[in-house]
Amino acid sequence: MNTLKYQSQAVAKPYFIFAMILFVGQILFGLLMGLQYVVGDIVGGLIPFNVARMVHTNLLIVWLLFGFMGAAYYLVPEEAETELHSPKLAIALFWIFAAAGVLTILGYLFVPYATLAHITGNDLWPTMGREFLEQPTITKIGIVVVALGFLYNLGMTILKGRKTAINMVLMTGLIGLAVFFLFAFYNPTNLALDKYFWWFVVHLWVEGVWELIMGAILAFVLIKVTGVDREVIEKWLYVIIAMALISGILGTGHHFYWLMTPAYWQWVGSIFSAIEPLPFFAMVLYAFNMVNRRRREHPNKAATLWALGTSVMAFLGAGVWGFLHTLAPVNYFTHGTQITAAHGHMAFYGAYAMIVMTIMSYAMPKLRGVGEANCNRAQVTEMWGFWLMTVGMVFITLFLTGAGVLQVWLQRLPESGEALSFMATQDKLAIFYWLREIAGVVFLLGLIAYIASFFVKEKQVA
Amino acid sequence: MANNSLSSTDALIANAPVCRPHELKRLPGDLAMWFFILAELTVFAIFFIGFAIAENLNLVMFAEGKTQLHKVAGLINTIALITSSYFVAISLHAMRAGNNQQAVIRLGLALMFASVYIVLKLWEYQALFAQGIDIETNTFFTLYFLITAFHFMHILLGMVILAYMAKNAYQGKYNDPRSENEFSGFESGACYWHMVDLLWIILFPLIYVI
Repeated sequence: MNTLKYQSQAVAKPYFIFAMILFVGQILFGLLMGLQYVVGDIVGGLIPFNVARMVHTNLLIVWLLFGFMGAAYYLVPEEAETELHSPKLAIALFWIFAAAGVLTILGYLFVPYATLAHITGNDLWPTMGREFLEQPTITKIGIVVVALGFLYNLGMTILKGRKTAINMVLMTGLIGLAVFFLFAFYNPTNLALDKYFWWFVVHLWVEGVWELIMGAILAFVLIKVTGVDREVIEKWLYVIIAMALISGILGTGHHFYWLMTPAYWQWVGSIFSAIEPLPFFAMVLYAFNMVNRRRREHPNKAATLWALGTSVMAFLGAGVWGFLHTLAPVNYFTHGTQITAAHGHMAFYGAYAMIVMTIMSYAMPKLRGVGEANCNRAQVTEMWGFWLMTVGMVFITLFLTGAGVLQVWLQRLPESGEALSFMATQDKLAIFYWLREIAGVVFLLGLIAYIASFFVKEKQVA
Repeated sequence: MANNSLSSTDALIANAPVCRPHELKRLPGDLAMWFFILAELTVFAIFFIGFAIAENLNLVMFAEGKTQLHKVAGLINTIALITSSYFVAISLHAMRAGNNQQAVIRLGLALMFASVYIVLKLWEYQALFAQGIDIETNTFFTLYFLITAFHFMHILLGMVILAYMAKNAYQGKYNDPRSENEFSGFESGACYWHMVDLLWIILFPLIYVI
């Protein structure tokens, strides 16, 4: 049963499917690293920890980008009330991006990083070697080309169609994503200076423009599943993005504390970071409010669950766990400990992985021609996936937080001489790492349930 | 006698302003704006608390810093902002009375008083810079510049909002009888301006005087 309003929305489907494949890869490498934390090398030196880590984080970023693109291809035509400008371009870009992504990951796995840098001409234009931005320069150029084609396609669609607040906010977010990525091409030799530009990508993505993307997708799904007036939802969207941008941009200061910057950054960073949880809190209020005031009972209960879940988990992971260590006097001790890892895990899952799964949950039944929603059995399986992944992530975060607190206590707080070394401290944290690994297995089970839900069909009544 | 007092009570009741219950309960402006205002107040509250704590830790530095601020300029700015807020308030009255032209004129006056603030504040900054004082001089001036500059940006944003309200009022966009609450947008803008004013009323004594 075809329920797509615009047939060109169908280009979102390969993006979503490929995102899920990469997601599985990300989790497998995460589990491998989790084990490497406590038992050391277990694959005969084939996949060193640093490579596994690079693959884990790069897969995350790439699958989220695929997810955002799929989300945009799905929702922009529907919001603009017109067909996508060029479905062919969208499909071509999909294959280019997928091929570049796979080649890059294979490069990480099968070629030593230094060799990869050499053969991709990093000497000519050095951009490699920085956390999350490890991609060879040529891959980075590929990302820019894909992003430009993608923005052109969406831009043309919006120009000829209806202009809604959701489309405008989403486009602003996506353009910002592309623009801030350009800082990845500048790599000053001065390490402190390098970090500035590095944060302009990393921070202004996840605590700036990505929040716009999240807000727009959440608003779209809420309008669809609740039937609440667009006007009400749009007004809140504006308030949320205004707060997200003000607090997020000035909150960049929390990365400047220890980069030889003037001391006032400690004030700016601390105070505006303290406000960063507020837009996420507003999203919780607004998601629950809209669902309570719903004017229709949408058959896709799972999508509603994801929409509510992402608001709560984003508030906890990005908002609360972020605030945990953004005050300068606290960050002085916690900088770069497992507290950061705890925050990173829950924030990426809660805000970005979950928002992609929210729109997928809503859109996939329509894209696959199932109808408005999956059958009840499939939705129940999907909800199992939701809860197992979410509970798994809560425990991953709690165990890493425990590890981080102990790490600060042993390694950071004692006066010099009494403090344990980094590696000696890591040994003491083993119990937390084991528990985190178990929670990680629960997360994988949730992911398997989630993927399985795509294949579950209603039992045939004899 | 008893009769007299009864009639005077009656007169009081008769002359009292009529308050319909739903009007008492109604929040002026939009709830979303109030959420935004509360968020803004939270930022400033954290700034003020931070200032107070830093002051307690550096009593001499802060006392000395305050002597270098121009209190008269601060006082004039306080009066300018309160006057500006007054014109915004009576502009809303004019709107409700259906007199858009008068509302626009009053918003214009509010903007004029806001401009007094802008000019004077810039002059103050310039005078401090001329003495070689800037954001990195010491903790007092770090906070002085951060808090007042952040407030300054709010004044600028508020002025944009007031100008936008004036434009809409001039074009009669608030006079839509079909709307549930036709002045909600105007009230939201007015609330924002009152917040900016209120913040200065706390900021001025805290940073300049006490």
